Amino acid sequence: MSSPRPLRFVHQGRVQSVTGLPPTTTVLQYLREHARCAGTKEGCAEGDCGACTVLVGELDADGDALALRNVNACIQLLPMLDGKALLTVEDLGDSTDLNPVQQALVDCHGSQCGFCTPGFAMTMQAIYERHQADGTRPTRQDLADDLAGNLCRCTGYRPILDAGERMFDAPIRLLDRGPIVDALRELQHDAPLHYEAPSRAGTPQRVFAPRSLDDFAALREAMPQARVVAGATDVGLWVNKQQRELGDVILTGRVEELRRIDTTTVTGSDRASERVTLRIGAAVPLEEAWAALTAHVPALRELWLRFASPPVRHAGTLGGNIANGSPIGDGPPALIALGARIVLRRGATQRTLPLEDFYLDYMKNALQPGEFVEALEVPSPPPGTRLRGYKIAKRYDSDISAVCAVLSLRLEDGVVRDARFAFGGMAAIVKRAAKAESAVTGRAWDEAAQAAAARALDEDFRPLTDLRASAGYRQRVAANLVRRFWLETRANAPIAAEAGSVWQAVNLRRSVA
Amino acid sequence: MNKPSELPPELTTAIPTPQPQVGISRVHEAAHLHVSGEAIYTDDIPEAHGTLHAALGLSPIAHGTLVSIDLDLLRRQPGVVAVLTAADIPGENNCGPLLHDDPILADGELRYVGQPVYAIIATDRELARRAAALARQAIVSTPLPAVLTARDAHAIGQYVVPPMHLTRGEPQAALAAAPHRLDGEWAVGGQEQFYLEGQISVALPQENQAVLVHCSTQHPSEMQQLVSHAMGWASHQVTVQCRRMGGGFGGKESQSALFACVAALAATRLRRPVKLRVDRDDDFLITGRRHGFDYRWSVGFDDDGRILAADIDLISNCGHSADLSAPVMTRALCHFDNAYWLPHVSMHGYCARTNTQSNTAFRGFGGPQGALAIELILDGIARRLGLDPLTVRQRNFYRDGQDITPYGQQVEDNQIGRLTDQLVRTSDYHARRAEIAAFNAASPVLKRGLALTPVKFGISFNVVHLNQAGALVHVYTDGSVLVNHGGTEMGQGLNTKVAQVVAHELGVPAAMVRATATDTSKVANTSATAASTGSDLNGKAAQDAARKIRQRLTPLAARLLDCAQDDVVFEGGEVRDAGAGTGTAGRTIGFKALVAQAYLARIQLWSDGFYATPGLHWDRAKLQGKPFFYFAYGASVAEVLVDTLTGESRVLRADVLHDVGQSLNPALDIGQVEGAFVQGQGWMTSEELVWHPQSGLLMTHAPSTYKIPTANDMPRDFRVALYDAPNRADSIHRSKAVGEPPLLLPFSVLLAIKDAVAACGPSRCDPPLRAPATPEAVLDAVEAVQATRAT
Repeated sequence: MSSPRPLRFVHQGRVQSVTGLPPTTTVLQYLREHARCAGTKEGCAEGDCGACTVLVGELDADGDALALRNVNACIQLLPMLDGKALLTVEDLGDSTDLNPVQQALVDCHGSQCGFCTPGFAMTMQAIYERHQADGTRPTRQDLADDLAGNLCRCTGYRPILDAGERMFDAPIRLLDRGPIVDALRELQHDAPLHYEAPSRAGTPQRVFAPRSLDDFAALREAMPQARVVAGATDVGLWVNKQQRELGDVILTGRVEELRRIDTTTVTGSDRASERVTLRIGAAVPLEEAWAALTAHVPALRELWLRFASPPVRHAGTLGGNIANGSPIGDGPPALIALGARIVLRRGATQRTLPLEDFYLDYMKNALQPGEFVEALEVPSPPPGTRLRGYKIAKRYDSDISAVCAVLSLRLEDGVVRDARFAFGGMAAIVKRAAKAESAVTGRAWDEAAQAAAARALDEDFRPLTDLRASAGYRQRVAANLVRRFWLETRANAPIAAEAGSVWQAVNLRRSVA
Repeated sequence: MNKPSELPPELTTAIPTPQPQVGISRVHEAAHLHVSGEAIYTDDIPEAHGTLHAALGLSPIAHGTLVSIDLDLLRRQPGVVAVLTAADIPGENNCGPLLHDDPILADGELRYVGQPVYAIIATDRELARRAAALARQAIVSTPLPAVLTARDAHAIGQYVVPPMHLTRGEPQAALAAAPHRLDGEWAVGGQEQFYLEGQISVALPQENQAVLVHCSTQHPSEMQQLVSHAMGWASHQVTVQCRRMGGGFGGKESQSALFACVAALAATRLRRPVKLRVDRDDDFLITGRRHGFDYRWSVGFDDDGRILAADIDLISNCGHSADLSAPVMTRALCHFDNAYWLPHVSMHGYCARTNTQSNTAFRGFGGPQGALAIELILDGIARRLGLDPLTVRQRNFYRDGQDITPYGQQVEDNQIGRLTDQLVRTSDYHARRAEIAAFNAASPVLKRGLALTPVKFGISFNVVHLNQAGALVHVYTDGSVLVNHGGTEMGQGLNTKVAQVVAHELGVPAAMVRATATDTSKVANTSATAASTGSDLNGKAAQDAARKIRQRLTPLAARLLDCAQDDVVFEGGEVRDAGAGTGTAGRTIGFKALVAQAYLARIQLWSDGFYATPGLHWDRAKLQGKPFFYFAYGASVAEVLVDTLTGESRVLRADVLHDVGQSLNPALDIGQVEGAFVQGQGWMTSEELVWHPQSGLLMTHAPSTYKIPTANDMPRDFRVALYDAPNRADSIHRSKAVGEPPLLLPFSVLLAIKDAVAACGPSRCDPPLRAPATPEAVLDAVEAVQATRAT
């Protein structure tokens, strides 16, 4: 086994070397309590308010370009920064030398109490850098979507969106990437991370970040008790809110093979039978995974934009979302409706199973000791498939679903040949509505069929009442979503998406405009 | 007579460019610090050497007897330096602002899940929190039955203060005689302030039995008092400072006290600096918020929808202690009329005591809960009669001869009719009403709704003596100006406005004026920055201080300029002879040069200032008098889109016209209006508080479960304008207060959703829509009106 070394990352223009801090120290704690950078604020310590937004920079696969992602510092564990760059509000202009993002916020009166403002500035800097690189400008809808993870309680957001437009009017002034890239290249020579320090409870704790799949698999098999951590968007809460000890940690984030999205095309006798399968590595960030899924299946766009928030999608991974196994995760319903298979691995042994078979019971899955999620395989929907993804929550952005439904049908001559109705929020696990599916299979997709399916949902599910919704609402809205699905996909006079959903009516219309 | 050649070198005859300092959209004084992360909040103050960290152990049960605390268990946890309980408080164990019924740490009785029972002081925050989290093991208690809802408390007559009654005329007789009668029950939920910066206090022991507390608070003077009472000290032993808050919204008016008291207690006992910054979940669990209200009403009205009589019970959920619940209810009773003439009315306010967090101030302070009821009632009357709710509202507006409020204050300078007419025009209300009806007829799933609601909001503390303020202005010999006042900066731009007022008074550029941290050792006995009065009170006090300095400088300036004192004008950083037609007209001396001369002439260059709002009187027993200096007005039109299959809704457009008098700073005022609108919209739609029905645990205790609006929730098309009319009252530069009134504007959102739901039912249906109008509440209402259509 390798020998321990310090954490090494780029901060404030140079490589920082950290030893002795507990492995569960968050990036925010490091900034505020150790690096004495107080510009980054703690609002909630659970990744929901965005006051702690920072940028994390990584070299792309070629080692040339710097990719910057806005993430929540409060739920990033410091070891996850190893080999990366950390940029904070202190890296923008100082108060006597504001950069275009900051100046636009000032000029548009985009701050009131100012506590959320450094976080907004960082997200807006990420937007600014991305659009300047692409030569584009965001629409107001793009800005609102990109800012979904930043809460402001004072302004009502209008002046912040104004600033998001106005920041492009000033002469271009980008972050100075050269020194960061140089420093990151230096870090590429470091050995894979093995960090050791006393935990918060004072016991020894180790963190490993292998770089190859074989190393990862071997380590995982050798340390079945270790906690596998991907984006820490949930684990960060265990640490901050429940003071849970994680024990030894194995990070997935540096395993190149786990961060790949591969596409395989199987060509049939004609173009219509061509099937594309996406293979999404377990450590692919949610944002990239959803982008690929939505390119594959455009109807999933709403779920993508409403899945958590951009900082959480940048940090979290699809594999983590799947392995975490929340009964209301929005990833599994989409993947199950698409007929995805999950690739599991232990040591050199690989197995795949339909994703719906992975979930056994509330927070219980099919993973064996030493086994881990390697990838998701997502076939493209067969010809004739009608698919829609719906999410119901109290708030449009960054809210956990009361009900998530991804409904899919394959029609042949108006007759349902295959139905896959996957629901989150309706049971202890994400689950297909077997009775509703069989109620429609083999018959015409008409009003009677949808009504039969809606009725059958009462047999499929016995949802709970909780703070998000009552059991009765979940049951009724699930049935109504089947009805909406029918209205949108029926052969005779289907209604347009923007006539059947307020989200579609407002967001998509504005996006296109 | 002097000739120009004889002028001292600092005198010139250039005509300065007028530089108005008030009425312009100056940016927030700290905006450049906000965007660069350099603005210092309490947690950002560099920690003094040896700082310890506190965390609170919270009651795991809603009601019970506190039998014992396992202190040994807590003391042996890693890093723990001390454990403090109620027994360690040398003075009074109370942090209640009015009644002394609010223990800092529980003593004998456990009153709600989340009540602080003990404080852990440890070497770092995380270790303190780990030890604090052992509450379930450390606290030994005997459970008692808990009362968790206001309705249950009301049913058994359990209140924090005695019921309040306000009656005018003969409501019962008028109700009996009215052609139509509407009886209703309704409820609106509470609302969490969700200031982005959580509660925090840092206490530093000082020499000679004293303590300095940095506290994120809207009320430093009250923090000073409560800390001194808890310590058994005099006020002069305690200094409280606050440079800025990361938001307050009322949540840091009284409820910052618990944290200030614990930090001060620990710091003085241990002779070490102590910081108490609570985690967001604990902030939700410990502190209270906007009161949820239950209502029961009977109203009588005529064929035109004019209210003839109203009888209403208002039941507020106060939580376990009084806190500010009595004045909150008073303001609710004083805003049930909103903009409407109620000839015969009786109102009954019940402040229900429950085993939940003690509810407190939140932007509007009961006013929104009072006015919301009448808006619901008028909407119901209109639907019953088949009239446009706007028409019914307009018919009930205060007007000449019908302009006395139920609490006896005359509505002078009534703007509501004219303001509403203007908004009806600019929002194209009537054409859109027709267009929406056409849309709804053709749209099976989505329905649109439209509503206009007005606001009339009384400005002043409802308690006369609180309407006072002090300020301190220093002019240094280099001409720079420092202003300190009793108000606190929580993002509203108070320091910016006060600096503008001072700059205007002294005729200097705003860059010459700097505002400093609020500090109880500078201005004493201040009122909370609350009730929207920050700029009104502190602006006037600062103006008074600056004016005194100017008046002292004027004779010297007249002497130097060789002109009459009446002709001296301070403007643009210079002091000028503005006398017409005299030989010296137009001569100027720089402000800086004048100040330098004044210092040499031993003229006092600093001054205090004071202001007390004139003409207020209030009889708290009879609920009669003139509690308000003036009224602020506003109205908004909201258009929404509702999904009748899921209950989801979105605000498509909002038009707002709001009265801020003659604005001191239009950009800041628009910021307040828009921010309040979206905040109120959150209260009306997505912000739902859920307590566990058995345990009494607040289950929505973090932003993951309590959903305030995001950028995507603001109205898609948001048109906000200021109503251009100077305040008739002699307020600071004829402006009007703006903090709270616009919080009531988004009632239009709720009623527009109700309007859209009504489109699913038979004509004249009155949808039973709850607030907040979550998707579930909306779908329930849709199904209810669809059921009436079916039968």
